Amino acid sequence: MSRIQARFSALQAAGRKALIPYITAGDPAPAVTLPLMHDLVAAGADIIELGIPFSDPMADGPVIQLAMERALAHEVSLRQVLEMVAEFRQRDNDTPVVLMGYLNPVERMGYDEFAREAAEAGVDGVLTVDLPPEEAVDVVPLFKARGLDTIFLLAPTTTAERARSICQQASGYVYYVSLKGVTGSSALDVTDVANKLDMLRTVTDLPIGVGFGIRDGATAAAVGEVADGVVVGSVLVNQIAANADNPDAARKAISAIIAEMRGAMDH
Amino acid sequence: MSDSNPIDFSAVPDARGHFGPYGGRFVSETLMDALDELERLYRTLSDDPAFQAEFDRDLAFYVGRPSPLYLAERLTQKVGGAQIYLKREDLNHTGAHKVNNTIGQALLAKHMGKPRVIAETGAGQHGVATATVAARLGLKCQVYMGAEDVRRQALNVYRMKLLGAEVIPVTSGSRTLKDAMNEAMRDWVTNIDDTFYIIGTVAGPHPYPELVRDFQCVIGREAREQCLTQAGRLPDALVACVGGGSNAIGLFHPFLNDESVRMYGVEAGGHGIATGEHAAPLSAGQPGVLHGNRTYLMSDEAGQIIETHSVSAGLDYPGVGPEHSWLKDIGRVDYVDATDDEALHAFRELTRVEGIMPALESSHAVAYGMKLAASMSPEEIVVINLSGRGDKDIHTVAGIDGISI
Repeated sequence: MSRIQARFSALQAAGRKALIPYITAGDPAPAVTLPLMHDLVAAGADIIELGIPFSDPMADGPVIQLAMERALAHEVSLRQVLEMVAEFRQRDNDTPVVLMGYLNPVERMGYDEFAREAAEAGVDGVLTVDLPPEEAVDVVPLFKARGLDTIFLLAPTTTAERARSICQQASGYVYYVSLKGVTGSSALDVTDVANKLDMLRTVTDLPIGVGFGIRDGATAAAVGEVADGVVVGSVLVNQIAANADNPDAARKAISAIIAEMRGAMDH
Repeated sequence: MSDSNPIDFSAVPDARGHFGPYGGRFVSETLMDALDELERLYRTLSDDPAFQAEFDRDLAFYVGRPSPLYLAERLTQKVGGAQIYLKREDLNHTGAHKVNNTIGQALLAKHMGKPRVIAETGAGQHGVATATVAARLGLKCQVYMGAEDVRRQALNVYRMKLLGAEVIPVTSGSRTLKDAMNEAMRDWVTNIDDTFYIIGTVAGPHPYPELVRDFQCVIGREAREQCLTQAGRLPDALVACVGGGSNAIGLFHPFLNDESVRMYGVEAGGHGIATGEHAAPLSAGQPGVLHGNRTYLMSDEAGQIIETHSVSAGLDYPGVGPEHSWLKDIGRVDYVDATDDEALHAFRELTRVEGIMPALESSHAVAYGMKLAASMSPEEIVVINLSGRGDKDIHTVAGIDGISI
């Protein structure tokens, strides 16, 4: 059983939902990422989505664009991101880590080499936002052979028929993007999300994480009512921007937000 | 070509938009349904004689087609080689080939009932062509343009404003065309219900490379017929500049099955390929994925897209249309480059010798075309695509001359 499956099974048995924070690797500086990952776990994170910096983050709003620019100012590469995960694994062998990013850095490294090195580093899943299932037919088996789950996105515009075929290729969990837009967009509508998840439950048994528009404990708890996991990104990354010269303050603020969400979700 | 089985060029792209290993649809899930819808509509309309008639009518009476194929006699004499013909896309309404495509896509937007169109633009030619058709059809229009390009192309920015479009300067990344395209994609994913994204070149996710090509193929169809009529035979070589590559594919595609016709796509050599400061992914890049398609790109070892340089904003782009990547790999088209200096020399030469002022983009094709013609015999024919006129570049050239106007 993969770390991701094990984590969702354990949560389900305990009647709890997964809290899945996103941070960009290397933001605001490479040295901050490892302690921040451990902070997230200590504050109540169940799975970590670690962003691979990319020069052209087409699906991201300004908050995560700037995070990537801060990381790229330190020339943080995919190889360094893998090293960070390997280092994280020295102290944490249980918390699943999903790499999230865009395809070109992976393509440039080569799919075979990436799959091998990611698995060796202790990565559990890969979510490349610009790799829809149609283009992933050769990639998914390569990842699977190394024990990596391929996480795919589902959107408000995804039809039931399409969702079924996406979920057949996905493993670990699927990520439902709660609204049309980029990361960091405005608040989501929980009723809409609930309706869409009802449909998605008819086509898949995979756990469903929901992200985009989750800003605080209240929205996290509301989404946790209907989803298996709650993904939160921009509101955390915002703390790094707001404490640009003080990473320790950013870490504290991020931990506080995660702890609040954890409390609200478990209440 | 050496291959004994001729390639069926009409069979690409395949059903999922692949040109060999290139092209495809690499976008986030939210856009997939809209791209499916666009593809379905395009399949229906491209077989519909009424739609084709509507498109042809607009090209004739609004754009002013056919554009002439002009024998540049003085330039031919001066170069002293093959006869040089210019395909005069610069004479189109709005001054470049871009309008062929925006007319077509605006008709698609109209058929889909979308009240708002968006576009990305580099030099501003595609933005102007989009703002123009939006004005004509009464569509709301917003154009994303890199802040650096807004500065370089002030004239076109004001033209777009006069046409009723809103120009949104993009300050992320390198502040040029690629960043404008990122921002247009972000807008589209947010406003997908009421917005049609008019992509300006033969790149982006399927079906854009195919439909933009189809709309631009009017260039090559006309040139082929005009050459047969005026010169009594096919040309020996075609030359066109390649940024994203829409004017080049428009000229080349209708000739692909004519094995005797050689083709040259001219990339922006900037300060010289060896300096690394250029915009020539086919000459010096490698395959990767950006803006919805797999194609040759300029990226570093880590897969980050690198900044490009060209004197012409319209060629200042790190990618290229996926069909060009495929045509390069199969050897049907030769991809070469012309530097900033060579393009500027050609700009001045054509202006003085023929009284035709080319866009700096097109000047790259003129530069290589002159060089090529000089190596050929007087019986041979070279067709150069003069994809746009140079009025928009007068400030840039004056600046290089040390004159502020």
